[in-house]
Amino acid sequence: LSECFNMSAPPHPQPPAKGASHAAGDFSYVGIDAILEQMRRKAMKQGFELNIMIVGQSGLGKSTLMNTLFKSKVSRKSVVSTPEERIPKTIEIKSISHDIEEKGVRMKLTVIDTPGFGDHINNENCWQPIMKFINDQYEQYLQEEINIDRKKRIPDSRVHCCMYFIPPTGHCLRPLDVEFMSRLSKVVNIVPVIAKADTLTLEERDFFKQTIREELRANGIDVYPQKEFDEDSDDRMINDKIREMIPFAVVGSNQEYQVNGKRLLGRKTKWGTIEVENIAHCEFAHLRDLLIRTHMQNIKDITSSIHYEVYRVRRLNETNGQPNAQPPNTLVNPQQANGVAAQHQVLTHEM
Amino acid sequence: MHRAAHSRNMGNVHNERYTIPMTFSISSKDKNARPLSLSGHVGFDSLPHQLVNKSTCQGFCFNILCIGETGIGKSTLMDTLFNTNFENFESSHFEPKVKLRAQTYDLQESNVRLKLTIVNTVGFGDQMNKQESYQHVVDYIDTQFESYLQEELKIKRSLHNYHDSRIHACLYFIAPSGHSLKSLDLVTMKKLDSKVNIIPVIAKADTISKSELHKFKIKIMSELVSNGVQIYQFPTDDETVSKINTAMNGILPFAVVGSSEEVKIGNKMVKARQYPWGVVQVENENHCDFVKLREMLICVNMEDLREQTHTRHYELYRRCKLEEMGFTDTNPESKPVSLQETYEAKRHEFLGDLQRREEEMRQMFVQRVKEKETELKEAERELQGKFEQLKRLHSEEKSKLDEKRRSLEDEINTFSKKKAAAELLQGQSFNTNANLKKDKDRKNSGFM
Repeated sequence: LSECFNMSAPPHPQPPAKGASHAAGDFSYVGIDAILEQMRRKAMKQGFELNIMIVGQSGLGKSTLMNTLFKSKVSRKSVVSTPEERIPKTIEIKSISHDIEEKGVRMKLTVIDTPGFGDHINNENCWQPIMKFINDQYEQYLQEEINIDRKKRIPDSRVHCCMYFIPPTGHCLRPLDVEFMSRLSKVVNIVPVIAKADTLTLEERDFFKQTIREELRANGIDVYPQKEFDEDSDDRMINDKIREMIPFAVVGSNQEYQVNGKRLLGRKTKWGTIEVENIAHCEFAHLRDLLIRTHMQNIKDITSSIHYEVYRVRRLNETNGQPNAQPPNTLVNPQQANGVAAQHQVLTHEM
Repeated sequence: MHRAAHSRNMGNVHNERYTIPMTFSISSKDKNARPLSLSGHVGFDSLPHQLVNKSTCQGFCFNILCIGETGIGKSTLMDTLFNTNFENFESSHFEPKVKLRAQTYDLQESNVRLKLTIVNTVGFGDQMNKQESYQHVVDYIDTQFESYLQEELKIKRSLHNYHDSRIHACLYFIAPSGHSLKSLDLVTMKKLDSKVNIIPVIAKADTISKSELHKFKIKIMSELVSNGVQIYQFPTDDETVSKINTAMNGILPFAVVGSSEEVKIGNKMVKARQYPWGVVQVENENHCDFVKLREMLICVNMEDLREQTHTRHYELYRRCKLEEMGFTDTNPESKPVSLQETYEAKRHEFLGDLQRREEEMRQMFVQRVKEKETELKEAERELQGKFEQLKRLHSEEKSKLDEKRRSLEDEINTFSKKKAAAELLQGQSFNTNANLKKDKDRKNSGFM
């Protein structure tokens, strides 16, 4: 039974404090669309969480880019006054959280830095500590979720997005890049960016991007937005356009300069000033729009409903202890249909 | 700790840097997030909008349970509330048990799609013995929780696609007696208050006068309080709605009138009930609380109802269910026990149980076979015995008969001998007689 209401519902639901003034005379209005406002209110009250990991060799401008993205000192480098530029012996995972607020929307932003990645002479298995960290976050969430007495709102420390910084060689991906991205794209959303893109001319940049895209395709690396998670044709259209543009070639900066009477973030050189937010100069604005303004919720959804679920399935299957048998599809109720299959197997084994 | 904002003058100073913030202590998993101020527009204020967009695409789910006696106006109120005709038929008053009938509808208003499920009780309060009435309702609610729990516990699950059938709001229809709650009402509401958000409404409120209504409401609320029934309280923690919610909390229970018919008032058609003495307008706040109910249920608190159902009632159910099954978060030594360990232990126990039962069944089978065998042997022996006996009897009979035949033959022989002898004798005697006669005749004739 499907009923459609075509009515002149007010475009924005009236605040409830005004009472029933909208209902008088317009008795075809039920008020179902007021739920959007209720959801918005609830979301504002709860606040949001976002966890971004930045991976790349030192010196690629990762911290600067983070600070530029969030217009504040969110990165580890900025808050620690390191007198010496120290490369750790092993890859460290350092995460810092900040509470930021914009127009009433509160967000807990966690930036996870990975100093030491790709900086050593032997970089084999450098992806391992990072993979472990990501899986640890999934594990932590899973443990909270399967508690009997669980929190009203489970704190989400899962890595939503991993930004991978590609050095602007202009040629192609290096084995380290391919290795890392192919392994990690299976567990987390990877957003590759070309760092310090002000060393590439536009032609070099386009060529580089194309090469990277081809190499990603050739190696079966699915970066965000993944093609298989497009929900409908509208989604696909929007995401296809994005997929044609990644990886974004970005430039970061903390300094403002006067350009044409306006104060803009940029990098000043003898031959000109590179404006960070000018899309003719670099693609920072596209990255910011994708990551923050349009696809942030989608990135979080894919993490929680796909990557986390994959981890959960794998983890729960591990505990069943019957490596050859088909694991039952339920965790705790062996009386389910698939559990009956397990019973049969036990019986046949005994006979 | 708030870092100093960048000191900026409005003049044309070129090279400006942000002031170096004070040093903070760094730990690798810093749980306490520091507040930070942004120097420009980042753009994540669109996050609520993104979230709402996603939900709009997915659609919303809302499930209402209406409990009330037959004929109290549940279906009519639902029709009025959602401004449509849900095609309900009248139920009979002779249902042997309380049943629940659920119907799902797809509604749409501007760009919001709502999957509405209305569950009505059928035959509530009609039976002579109403002791079991509430149980069916409780069972139904528990079943919905159970199926959500099952989905959540599955290994391969799809929660975002799951059609949530848990009851978000329960409208309890109180009969407009004007006096007090019925005992059935109290018992039912007490059983349900920890499982569902209860919103009591006074049905057919146009039969109560204003003063009686006021007293009735006070009586009802005091009875609920004194019996410890926790009805749903509209939330007052958000300043945007706390004022109106607090006000509405004081007006509970809502006195409602439902009507699908329209009456012309002035130059408008309004939903109303026409009586000879006047017209009761459903949407007139002086006449009844219908508008308030719609406001609270749908426009203001629908999301909160859904959230309470999920975070309070469902969690309580889940906790009880899992504890019942024997799962705990901490073992007797108060160390956290992983679900995995408990599951392994349970599984072990279960498999052991299975094996034991299998053994038992096998034993029983062997036993039965033996018993049957002995039974059959017994029967065989019996039959054999009978057969022997019959044979004996038969041979006895036969020998008896033989004897009789012999004796009969003997008799026949004797008889025929005697007969022969007698005939001979008769012949002889005849001869003798003849001779004698002859002799006599001769003698006689001799005399001549």
